[in-house]
Amino acid sequence: MLVVTFVKQVPDTTQVKVDPVTGTLVREGVPFIMNPFDVHALEESLRLKDKYGFRVIVLSMGPPNTEVTLRKALALGADEAILLSDRVFGGADTLATSAVLAEATKKLAQKEEIAIVMCGKQTIDGDTAQVGPGIATRLGYPQLTLVDLIVNVDLQAKKVKVRRRLEGRYEIVESPLPSLISILRRANRPRYPVVPRRLMAQDAPVELWNNKVMGLKEDTIGLKGSATQVRKIFSPERTKGEILGDGANKPEETAKLLIDKLLAKNIICLK
Amino acid sequence: MSVNVAVFIPVLVIAAALFIWSCFRRFRLVLLGKPANRFRNIGKRVKSMIYFAFGQRCTVNHGYKFGLNHLVLFWCFMILLIANTEFLLHGLSPNVISFSRLTHGVYYPLAYIFDVLSVLALASVIIAIIRRLVFPPYYIQARSRDAFTILGLIAVLMLAFFSLHGTEIAQGKEIAAKYMPISNAFSHIFSGASAGTLGAYANAFWWLHAVVLLSFLNYLPYSKHMHILTSIPNVFFRSTTKVNTQLPEEFKKGNTFGVGQVNQFSWKDLFDSYSCTECGRCSNMCPATYTGKLLNPRLVIHDIKVNLLKNGPLIAQSKATNMPLIGGGQEGSIADEVLWACTTCGACMEVCPVFIEHVPKIVDMRRNLVEMKAKFPTELLPFFENIEQRSNPWGIVPSDRIKWAADLNVKPFEAGKTEYLFYVGCFGAFDARSRKVTLSIAQILNTAGISWGILGKDELCCGDSLRRLGNEFVFDRMARDNVKIFKDRGVKKVITECPHCYNTLKNDYHQYGIELDVIHHTELLNNLIKSGKLSLNGSKDLGNVVFHDSCYLGRYNNIYEAPRQAVTSVTHRVPTEMERNLEKSFCCGAGGGRMWMEESTGKRIDVERVEQALAKNPSTICVCCPYCLTMFEDGLKDKKADEKVQVLDLAEIVAGALKK
Ligand SMILES: Cc1cc2nc3c(=O)[nH]c(=O)nc-3n(C[C@H](O)[C@H](O)[C@@H](O)COP(=O)(O)OP(=O)(O)OC[C@H]3O[C@@H](n4cnc5c(N)ncnc54)[C@H](O)[C@@H]3O)c2cc1C
Ligand code: SF4
Ligand code: SF4
Repeated sequence: MLVVTFVKQVPDTTQVKVDPVTGTLVREGVPFIMNPFDVHALEESLRLKDKYGFRVIVLSMGPPNTEVTLRKALALGADEAILLSDRVFGGADTLATSAVLAEATKKLAQKEEIAIVMCGKQTIDGDTAQVGPGIATRLGYPQLTLVDLIVNVDLQAKKVKVRRRLEGRYEIVESPLPSLISILRRANRPRYPVVPRRLMAQDAPVELWNNKVMGLKEDTIGLKGSATQVRKIFSPERTKGEILGDGANKPEETAKLLIDKLLAKNIICLK
Repeated sequence: MSVNVAVFIPVLVIAAALFIWSCFRRFRLVLLGKPANRFRNIGKRVKSMIYFAFGQRCTVNHGYKFGLNHLVLFWCFMILLIANTEFLLHGLSPNVISFSRLTHGVYYPLAYIFDVLSVLALASVIIAIIRRLVFPPYYIQARSRDAFTILGLIAVLMLAFFSLHGTEIAQGKEIAAKYMPISNAFSHIFSGASAGTLGAYANAFWWLHAVVLLSFLNYLPYSKHMHILTSIPNVFFRSTTKVNTQLPEEFKKGNTFGVGQVNQFSWKDLFDSYSCTECGRCSNMCPATYTGKLLNPRLVIHDIKVNLLKNGPLIAQSKATNMPLIGGGQEGSIADEVLWACTTCGACMEVCPVFIEHVPKIVDMRRNLVEMKAKFPTELLPFFENIEQRSNPWGIVPSDRIKWAADLNVKPFEAGKTEYLFYVGCFGAFDARSRKVTLSIAQILNTAGISWGILGKDELCCGDSLRRLGNEFVFDRMARDNVKIFKDRGVKKVITECPHCYNTLKNDYHQYGIELDVIHHTELLNNLIKSGKLSLNGSKDLGNVVFHDSCYLGRYNNIYEAPRQAVTSVTHRVPTEMERNLEKSFCCGAGGGRMWMEESTGKRIDVERVEQALAKNPSTICVCCPYCLTMFEDGLKDKKADEKVQVLDLAEIVAGALKK
């Protein structure tokens, strides 16, 4: 049985700077990483593999350089990697993204039974948390979002039991297989890749599925299939607050400034 | 007396065969190890063997008074080896082989020497026994049965020697009687006996001597005294370079990485384990052992030997082994925690009289844990990921690397235009406290008119901690990236702020095909002061300055004098030394990647070292390394002494004394 895991390659947002003149994101030279939530999703998949012997397939939609992230997934322990890449997939919003990812899942389901579709809760660049639910809806799978613990998988009864972390409470949910799960970062502590797997991953095959393979109608995917389009990206003007001192070079002085400020505003007091 | 040759020949043959068989069985296991080239530089090897093994330099060094006792025993043993060989050959052919057939001019002195050396040997054996019984040092297993067996055998051997010669003198058969004072004295015990009784005594003592000698020989391969056979060759095969420069690994599919099973060590590592004399000096010096960690370097070597003896025969027959090398819980298996406790300070290797190389073995086993099993203290996970992703330990955005220079006009390094690359290092660039040191160095370089530049945001981490932590795969990539940058930019001369960068660039990177002219700031500053390029007014009062040696400057790279001279130039007083200084210096606790790990067992090493410094009533503690700086400041806070005592890097001391 399969655990289908979706990972997205994202710019290391802490290294993204906003161009002070144009107000747009400067992406040049910014390294790409595996979306941090997806690292945890993959770890959860690999734990299911260790425990129940599932095969883990990772998929990612993105430009050709996304291969790097897929290889990282292979190094961590994924069994197969598929890159969904085509110009016509580009510029997709969550609607069009989930369309391609759902179709890819269907293709996999034709060959092997799927137990779980695993996603991160959200990405650090798009931040919508809609893709997972989007895929589930399109496939008609139950969706288990905000999961921080997979309690167990019952292979006989074909059921999965998870814990969802909601505001102020937990929820234990049971659901039939296949289900879609979106994972929180607190779910686990990701493993570190061992060297033999890293070496294996360096030249392991990464399958490319472009639209010739997928055969999707162009008006349902990419920019054309997107209901929303990004008009402008900018960082909002700061209307409140200020940056105090130079924390990196003069930490003591800066801390003093901060304390004085807080004292003056009666937020803290000396006693 | 006449030996019964017909009885002795089979006894000797059986004893010799047993001995050879034991040796064969043991040494065959050494060959299970991986290849290591320890044959180059024969001349140098022979020289160091003579100096260190025959001269017993390390045994006597480092203030080990009992080393002198060993020196005496060693030399008695070497010379009496001649007497004992004659003894056995004489037993085979009593009428042909005997020193007494030599001319008197040769025989008499020989007889004298053997007699006197035998009593010296007896005396040192007695001293050794008393020491083990009365004042056993904590760092050795003083009252082991093994030790007393060997000492006892030697004592009996000597007594048998005197008794045998005593009876022979009483029989009037010994022509050199006059020259054998001790045997002569023994002869008086037997003086009243009849000729028949004397003959029986002589026969009995001869056989006692023979049996004890042959038993001793056969006991050797099974005891810690195997070192009698192995330590001299082990000194011959010692590393001729700084051993801590770990060999690189070849990252090819199908290879295994590090050492997870005893036969993955090199044959030299295995031979090391046979050569340990169990003197315990390594453990006596080890900061981890001293502060109550599970690590004890002597036991690491001992466990390797035990594991080899147990698993080796199984491995030789391609059978499954049942005792893991790493995992712990029993003799012969090393706990993970032991391996992670090492600071790679090198103190153990510095004092080992037989040049056993502990650190490479520990790092090899760490490699196995990291590279094959991804098993390491959890704190290291973010460290490894940050270094791999952002090329610094904290995962700070690489472009911040240049922030320290925000208010300065620092030039980028350009080959041909700038002479030195100032390789700032992660601490110097990101750590708030160390940035002050960086600024001091920059100020000094400018004052002295040195032409220098930096790589700025393109500078990468040198990877020192990664390598010591056994993450060789990532280190390998970082080393390649760094070497590529250095080559592309035409870097030849490098100034480093951190001794760890210094050591890595200098001693590790040449494995990657680059020979850099690396200078640590302490050396450079001292040179600048000496050549008059810096004028100091020395006005600032630093009070009593206590100096701390960094492991990676001192032990690793023999830089002891430069920082001391520089301090003296500023303060006009030689810095105060701690008890543990120079090659016996006590680590600050941060090396070997320990900087990035929790220290939850025993006493904290930095606190211990700070206490050692406080014992000297310092106003200032002078360090030369950002790790030491951090550790000392932390330790002082812990001791609530940070108000009274300041920690300064040498560069700050020198910069503070520059003429304004
Ligand atoms: C700055 C910015 C603003 C945007 N604004 C909008 C907007 O307003 N409306 C809109 O519809 N779209 C918008 N998009 C596009 C959209 O967010 C993403 O590009 C879309 O592909 C996925 O949404 P997400 O990144 O929010 O993913 P999320 O829904 O947050 O991701 C959830 C999980 O889905 C999986 N996943 C998501 N994308 C992929 C992928 N490409 N390959 C494999 N797995 C994936 C991962 O497991 C991930 O953890 C924006 C993009 C950016 C960069
Ligand atoms: S290198 Fe230092 S810490 Fe490690 S075993 Fe040797 S003495 Fe102990
Ligand atoms: S390893 Fe060296 S220093 Fe340590 S006990 Fe053995 S011989 Fe002595």
